[in-house]
Amino acid sequence: MSASPTRTDANPPQIVGYRRPAPGAQPNYLHPAYVSSIKRAPTKPLIFLPHTLSEITGPTFKKDVISAKALDLTKQGRGEALGERIIVSGRVLDEHGRAAPHTLIEIWQANAAGRYLHKWDQHDAPLDPNFTGVGQAFTDDEGHYRFLTVRPGAYPWKNHRNAWRPAHIHFSIFGPAFATRLVTQMYFPGDPLLKSDPIFNGTADEEARNRLVSIFDWDTTVPETALGFKFDIVLRGRDATPMET
Amino acid sequence: MRLVATPSQTVGPFFSIGLDPLRAENLAAPGVTGERVTIHGRVLDGDSLPVPDAVLEIWQANAHGTYAHPEDQRDQKLESDFIGFGRVSTNDAGEFRFTTVKPGPVPGPGNKMQAPHLAVSVFMRGLLNRLVTRIYFPDEPANAQDFGLSLVEEARRATLIARRTSLANQLEWNVMLQGAGETVFFDC
Repeated sequence: MSASPTRTDANPPQIVGYRRPAPGAQPNYLHPAYVSSIKRAPTKPLIFLPHTLSEITGPTFKKDVISAKALDLTKQGRGEALGERIIVSGRVLDEHGRAAPHTLIEIWQANAAGRYLHKWDQHDAPLDPNFTGVGQAFTDDEGHYRFLTVRPGAYPWKNHRNAWRPAHIHFSIFGPAFATRLVTQMYFPGDPLLKSDPIFNGTADEEARNRLVSIFDWDTTVPETALGFKFDIVLRGRDATPMET
Repeated sequence: MRLVATPSQTVGPFFSIGLDPLRAENLAAPGVTGERVTIHGRVLDGDSLPVPDAVLEIWQANAHGTYAHPEDQRDQKLESDFIGFGRVSTNDAGEFRFTTVKPGPVPGPGNKMQAPHLAVSVFMRGLLNRLVTRIYFPDEPANAQDFGLSLVEEARRATLIARRTSLANQLEWNVMLQGAGETVFFDC
């Protein structure tokens, strides 16, 4: 990752920025149904920032920042993690369908009982001494990634009366640039809690929202071992033309 | 082919589980040249209460103004151990702190150089999207001509510029999510 192409003294290339989302395709900051957004969402309009070299570049990481253990969340302790083993895999792509190779993915999740290994998680559900809930992976040449983990449990939260988060896995993805940085959550197909979850429903556009729901997949289901769920992640693509400056 | 992009979702309150392994409070290894600077501050919500569950990510060029990225193709110096990435979270008092080198100027639109700046992402429970902002440096003449600052009405520019403190090489910069001194956030 440290090798750079030959640098030249030629005229600097024109900047090709990243596409802006269509209205409703990304959540708003203020989403009153998600109560914590009320005191945290900015109140003044954002200022449009045309992309410069600062936004079309972004961090790259060496392969050794993650350990082999980070791909298999079921075997990070002395014994196996409790719960229903699942394989979560997919590709990281851009809006043009081009792979995002060698990019870092970080995931974190509750255990099968719906409890996070975190001092602030007060949910009365058992911790699993063999489950940390943290995983990391790099995508391969074609943008593929794969984790072995356990299906996280749903858990209550205090957003509204009898509020329960649908089962989800948090995903952090860098992509090729500062502009493509994405933190999101993966949900499970058919979860009855999705329709009342203000976080999931914070994105108005249904097609975009449904990107967040993984697909049960026979092809990656391993006999006698684990169910497969496919979760492709689509990052912003490049604009077709260089920025007018 | 046009695929719809994956929506952003909040990091939630428990992001440290997944993001602490790559926590980076020092962006400049000992061999990296440049003026060392520590930037500290607080993240405050609309009630001016500290946000104890925010995480900030920094992206920057080195002191020569070079990004460690293949799309920065200028013939400039780049230390092999410089990434330019920082990640810090707030404590119970909403405070964060990181140490780095002051970046050099980098190109901006119209072949003009941008003033030294750090690109910043702010994530927290309650935000379904990250916030994007920048940190500029005080007493920097190039600020007057800077592309990013020029997009902002003059009265609000100060929210993007770190302040000197009584300690040498320590700057203060706060994230005010709402209110009169609301930090400028960019549609990036």
